[in-house]
Amino acid sequence: MSTPSITDIAVEAHGLVKRFGDNVAVDGVDLQVPRGAIYGLLGPNGAGKTTTVRLLTTLLRPDAGSATIDGIDVAREPTRVRARIGLTGQYAAVEERLTATENLQMIGRLYRLDATEVRTRAGELLERFDLVDAADRVVKGYSGGMRRRLDIAMSLIARPSVLFLDEPTTGLDPRSRLAMWELIEELETDGTTVLLTTQYLDEADRLAERIVVIDTGRVIAQGSSDELKDQIGGDRLSVTIARAENAGRAIEALRPLCRGGVDVDPVGDGRHLTASISAGDRVVPSAIRALDDAGVDVLDVEVRRPTLDDVFLTLTGKRADDNGEEAA
Amino acid sequence: MSLDDEPPAFGHRAAVGADPTSGPSPAPERAAAVADVATLDRPEPATGPIWVVRDSWVEATRHLRVVPRNPELLIFATIQPVMFVLLFVYVFGGAIEVPGFENYDQFLIPGIFAQSIVFGSAFTSVGIAEDMQKGYIDRLRSLPMSRSAVLIGRTVSDLVRNIITFLVMLVVAFAVGFRFEGTFVEALVATALLLAFSYALSWIQALIGLSVSSVEAANSAGFIWMFPFTFVSSAFVDPSQMPDWLEPIARNNPFTVATNAARALYNGLPVGTDAMVTLGWSVGITAVFAALSIRKFGSSTVA
Repeated sequence: MSTPSITDIAVEAHGLVKRFGDNVAVDGVDLQVPRGAIYGLLGPNGAGKTTTVRLLTTLLRPDAGSATIDGIDVAREPTRVRARIGLTGQYAAVEERLTATENLQMIGRLYRLDATEVRTRAGELLERFDLVDAADRVVKGYSGGMRRRLDIAMSLIARPSVLFLDEPTTGLDPRSRLAMWELIEELETDGTTVLLTTQYLDEADRLAERIVVIDTGRVIAQGSSDELKDQIGGDRLSVTIARAENAGRAIEALRPLCRGGVDVDPVGDGRHLTASISAGDRVVPSAIRALDDAGVDVLDVEVRRPTLDDVFLTLTGKRADDNGEEAA
Repeated sequence: MSLDDEPPAFGHRAAVGADPTSGPSPAPERAAAVADVATLDRPEPATGPIWVVRDSWVEATRHLRVVPRNPELLIFATIQPVMFVLLFVYVFGGAIEVPGFENYDQFLIPGIFAQSIVFGSAFTSVGIAEDMQKGYIDRLRSLPMSRSAVLIGRTVSDLVRNIITFLVMLVVAFAVGFRFEGTFVEALVATALLLAFSYALSWIQALIGLSVSSVEAANSAGFIWMFPFTFVSSAFVDPSQMPDWLEPIARNNPFTVATNAARALYNGLPVGTDAMVTLGWSVGITAVFAALSIRKFGSSTVA
């Protein structure tokens, strides 16, 4: 028997592969999440984030590779793994016809907690997730934010070692989204290891201490938000020109000022250019002069710190929220 | 911008613990909290028949608790069979003659009981498809509970619902003149056989619910086959009155056997082998389709 020592690694994956027919959804994912950390799996729709989570939570059998939770092999001892994880999927999986209390107690019993523990835990979680007033109302009348809170509370009832949150704020209004972020940040102080998936860069930036960028089923980069930003180099020069047909001339004019190439924003109308620069603000006058000399009308020139969006664009050639067909 | 095969090498890759100063190792105070929140030493999740029963009961109560809260659901589920009793008795009652029965009602009503109870099994496919669509099944699949309990709980709760519907139907049947002509025990056995048959069919419905991709599809797929299944039978007319090519189909339909068994027992007539054959069908269908459904339930997942 493999009795896991109290390891520092909560989630570990080696070369995970999952195919659906000809489509390789997950193509050799390696992952290591230390205990107590919040990790973000960032990628566009169809990148393989949800499939990765389903592989780690025993909901899918991998075609190749292996994964462990607290050192327990997901494929070999799925029931032991299930006893120590909590999963909140993309859609609030709550029983609408029951009350919040009943939902919590039911899941608690299925986690095999004893009756007293179920009652205490349900009470604690209702309190903490601000659901006390609604506790005995049928969930059907809940708002989206309340459902999500209950959903996460249900995942936490057995004090999971690892909590998986698959796109926890998808479909929430901005206010609920902010509330959800605060709630997830509090989890961290509890020592629960969290692996969350998101296609929102601001979400990953704010919540995750380490971000794993995933695209077409592969991990293409990982690091802290700052590390990722440093990786693509310095500040960003972003220029908007008046007419798209001048883009070629503008790129030529700007090239001497920049590190590396100048990119045309692939989703814009061809008038937005971005480039990595190292010289900071002093580039702006030179850029305007160069563009003017080249006969390009400029609408806007801006220098900013790179966002994760820039990181994603640099790494993949597309935006993180681009739901385009090229995802496959 | 090309997408390199190799991930860009960052300062510190995920080599955790290699460099405690810059790596993402947990902060000390957080690590301290780990022990009391995320308990690492957990008992083995218990398995075995007792836990299958317990988990199934938890799942069944999820569905049954809802019944008294939404009485209208039950009322509508009951209206259809009650309507059938009334329509067939008063519309066709005078026009149809069945060899061997002086009173068509005594022939017909057991058939309607059988049909309604079988129709009740369609709840199972719709309910499971709904749980699938909402992601609830995935939540249950991620729990350390018994795998088969989700489906057992569902089918058992649908059986309970079917019993309630049956009782209402029985009252209406008595109101229009139906009587148990045999002993009370025979009537009980007849009812039990019909319920066992319906329970078996709800496992077919479970497989349908797990196989379709939407609630709407479950609704049609769950219902559509029941019409030929219950009408090409002895429920409403004697198969000898059917066209030659249809008669053998009707006679060999397991639904005919179940109907004949129940009809004989309700009317105090000799039941012959029909009771045992009905029981055989019920056990056989349950065994095969429970196995298939439970396999399907866990097919994509790990064990």
